[in-house]
Amino acid sequence: MLKPSPKAPKFTVTRNACKLCTPLGAALVFKGIRGAVPLLHGSQGCSTYIRRYLISHYREPIDIACSNFSEQTAIFGGGANLKIALDNIRRQYDPEMIGVATTCLSETIGDDVPMFIREYRESCAGEDLPPVVHVATPSYQGTHMQGFHAALQAVVDQLAQGAAEAGPHVNLFPGMVSPADLRHLREICADFDLPVVLLPDYADTLDGPLWTEYQRIPEGGTSVTAIRSSGSARASLELGDVLARAKETAAGLLWKRFEVPCHRMGLPVGIDATDRMFAALAEISGRPTPENHLRERGRLIDSYADGHKYVMDARAVVFGEEDLVVGLAGFLGEIGVVPVVCASGGRSGHLAACIAERFPDHSQKGIQVLSDADFVTIETAARDAQPDFLIGNSKGYSMARRLDKPLIRVGFPVHDRVGGARLLHLGYRGSQQLFDRIANTLMAARQTASPVGYTYI
Amino acid sequence: MTETARSQTAPIEGPDPEKVKAELLAKYPPKVARKRAKQIIVNRLEPGDKVPEINANVRTVPGLMSQRGCCYAGCKGVVLGPTRDIVNITHGPIGCGFYSWLTRRNQTDPDTTPDGHNFMTYCFSTDMQEKEIIFGGEKKLRQAIQEAYDNFKPKAIAVFATCPVGLIGDDIHSVCREMKAALGINVFGFSCEGYKGVSQSAGHHIANNQIFKHVVGLDDTIGAGEFRVNLLGEYNIGGDAFEIERIFEKCGITTVATFSGNSSIDAFANSHTADLNLIMCHRSINYVAEMMEKKFGVPWIKINFIGAEATAKSLRKIAAYFDDPALTERVEAVIAEELPAVQAARDDIRPRTAGKRAMLFVGGSRAHHYQELFRELGMRTLSAGYEFAHRDDYEGRKVLPGVKVDADSRNIEELDVCQDPDRYRPRKTPEELAALSAKGLEFKDYQGMMPEMPEGSMVIDDISQFETDLMIEKYRPDIFCAGIKEKYMIQKHGIPMKQLHSYDYGGPYAGFKGAVNFYREIDRMVNSRVWGYLKAPWQTNPELAATYAWE
Repeated sequence: MLKPSPKAPKFTVTRNACKLCTPLGAALVFKGIRGAVPLLHGSQGCSTYIRRYLISHYREPIDIACSNFSEQTAIFGGGANLKIALDNIRRQYDPEMIGVATTCLSETIGDDVPMFIREYRESCAGEDLPPVVHVATPSYQGTHMQGFHAALQAVVDQLAQGAAEAGPHVNLFPGMVSPADLRHLREICADFDLPVVLLPDYADTLDGPLWTEYQRIPEGGTSVTAIRSSGSARASLELGDVLARAKETAAGLLWKRFEVPCHRMGLPVGIDATDRMFAALAEISGRPTPENHLRERGRLIDSYADGHKYVMDARAVVFGEEDLVVGLAGFLGEIGVVPVVCASGGRSGHLAACIAERFPDHSQKGIQVLSDADFVTIETAARDAQPDFLIGNSKGYSMARRLDKPLIRVGFPVHDRVGGARLLHLGYRGSQQLFDRIANTLMAARQTASPVGYTYI
Repeated sequence: MTETARSQTAPIEGPDPEKVKAELLAKYPPKVARKRAKQIIVNRLEPGDKVPEINANVRTVPGLMSQRGCCYAGCKGVVLGPTRDIVNITHGPIGCGFYSWLTRRNQTDPDTTPDGHNFMTYCFSTDMQEKEIIFGGEKKLRQAIQEAYDNFKPKAIAVFATCPVGLIGDDIHSVCREMKAALGINVFGFSCEGYKGVSQSAGHHIANNQIFKHVVGLDDTIGAGEFRVNLLGEYNIGGDAFEIERIFEKCGITTVATFSGNSSIDAFANSHTADLNLIMCHRSINYVAEMMEKKFGVPWIKINFIGAEATAKSLRKIAAYFDDPALTERVEAVIAEELPAVQAARDDIRPRTAGKRAMLFVGGSRAHHYQELFRELGMRTLSAGYEFAHRDDYEGRKVLPGVKVDADSRNIEELDVCQDPDRYRPRKTPEELAALSAKGLEFKDYQGMMPEMPEGSMVIDDISQFETDLMIEKYRPDIFCAGIKEKYMIQKHGIPMKQLHSYDYGGPYAGFKGAVNFYREIDRMVNSRVWGYLKAPWQTNPELAATYAWE
């Protein structure tokens, strides 16, 4: 097992967090459901801050309602506010689903949200009420990733239905990936002729074209009907090594309740990990990997061979969500880059084990794993590790600037470059893009450092 | 009111505003509609700058997607965020601290204070976990303050409470007092839990109170400078305060403290030695001005440096106050020197912007101030409103005696301030003040936004996302100004959207140089060709557009 560096002093205060809060993850999941409106049960700052933050990355309209707690509500409870909020959302937006996520405030006072929702349903008897899904997301428990996965579980728990016979479709729980990743996953499933319930699917809601007519709720997302059918899928795929070690997950729930077979694997970044996903899809669909993807795989290996000389033995600092860090680290290892620091603000307790699995020789390589880490801790470790580049989200920019090392932006949030939503990380194609970006970054650094400035490298 | 302003208040053409109002309210349940009806007002101008009454600073109805933030955002994010040398610790779970980490674009120049301290790039949080929610977070907070001190040896540490803190009953103020004694530096707290008040406005008030209580007046040294002023309610977004400071310097006016753009805690401590307070954003900072006047005798006037004409007018007001021929001469010379470049830019751009129409829904002063710049471009404001302002910001301070204080506002402490026995020093005699007033210099007054808006324009307080959609559909303005949350939704309508919180990462827009920047920016936006590409050449049939509509 890997241990954090003994040199890092333990701090109580979190300095420049490398994680966000739980309701943000839940809101993101709800944005990936067709016609859904997320509703945060708490004070209005939560929804405003979270909207503001998500929008700075996606650059798209993101509506998140809230139940606008006042001081009185905080004392007497938020039941009445929640019901008014549900009423108003229905009148204005006519949603296909409302996703209610709690906040620190409503959790601390102990609001019984499932009861409020039950009461609301009873008061609306006879009306055409959309499903109202509830998830508990107190921010003092976990990070945005816990919120994300809790919301997925809640959606499946409260909507999925079984059927006498399994359908032709497969459930795919990709984790918190980019809209471009989601589009690519959809495309892969289509190439296997495999109908897919992709959850969440914010590929269109959070990365849409300009409209010629305004849409009150952006089109796209997985429909409630599709989510209901997830209980009768022929299999579930759940991506993420750290997630695979979690006690309870959405796919796990579908297995327990409806016996939907569950395939768990890491994020498909790099040849190895992507091969595993394609093998699973081939097994489920009974079809071989489609030719176009084999060719993409071939081109990727070709570029590995061509570009090996630029990337081999380079040193990288990797940071972000745990599953993304594990996926990237595995890919970097594959191309000969040493991920000298693998860091996350998450604290599932599984990060070190996942990295150790990918790098049995981690101690010789001097790989350091930082769990529950903030950016000051990461920067301290990075300074010692002498990296050639950093790979992670925009929040690492100040660190990269101080270290005077290039930052390759991936994941979330990317709010100091355009195209955060269009970044592709997954599959052979995503790996190709990552490989090219990494190689080019290293080549640019060599070129800049060269006293001559060769145009051929 | 200026001549330009008056010509701009002529009635506007377009749909019947009363009908639009009825449509805005149609989707609401009767109770909500009744409430919103008092916050959606068709502007009417009567003699004596009398305007209709608007309901403002009231709770947002749950489920209406508001632009508003929370009390914590107003306190930590807006007022204290731009001060570079206080270590700000957010006491709470991680989200609040993270989301307020450098998200406002306050600029600062650490080289102007000797120690060079700048902690704005850091985000400190006690990152409360379940354990602290159950057993209390004071111990962790104490430790966090100690660590912040050990790390940076700052002059001051401020603690900001988030929602759970108030609920579990952590006494942040006693922890601060204790740590202040232990560390020998200024440590103070803000009970700015997110659920307090109805918007970030409550947070502004709390911030004003605590800064006044714990910082203002700590340093009585009277510094150099003949004409010493404080600039209040200027947060140096996009470098606005830098541009104002540049102009002041040219005029020979000394800025003692800016609350709080490009600010240092030492300047706050010394700010009561200034001779005049200038208020930019009336909403967020008038409390400090009022208290400083009561306690130390510093008068305040409302000024506005958004718009070249407004800047010139504000400079003349300052000169009139100090009533010094040399200063007046310098101010006039600076205006004469700066205006030609502004005029040249305006002459070039105005033919492309004149007649275009704007909507502004932002803040507690910007929706008003920026109408000046649009006027200078020959543009008209169809509709405007504030996110978190009060009635006085809309209708003028003359309505203050009649404003009802509701439960939400009553919960925010009003400091009981009285004359300082030793340090109260009236800057002008009552006769001098009366003479200045007679010459048109209004003390302690703000006329509000509505008297300067066109007849028939719509004034909407705390506009919701849903109402914004409808307003755009009804009026199709040429440009819409709000914040990042609204930006992409407006642009999906095919209408350019200018962010007036962060300035779209541009600016400065204040002062003379800022006006030119803004003219160019608006020219670029309202004349952009991008929307023309929306329809492909083969989509000439307008019916085709319907196939895009979501069903």
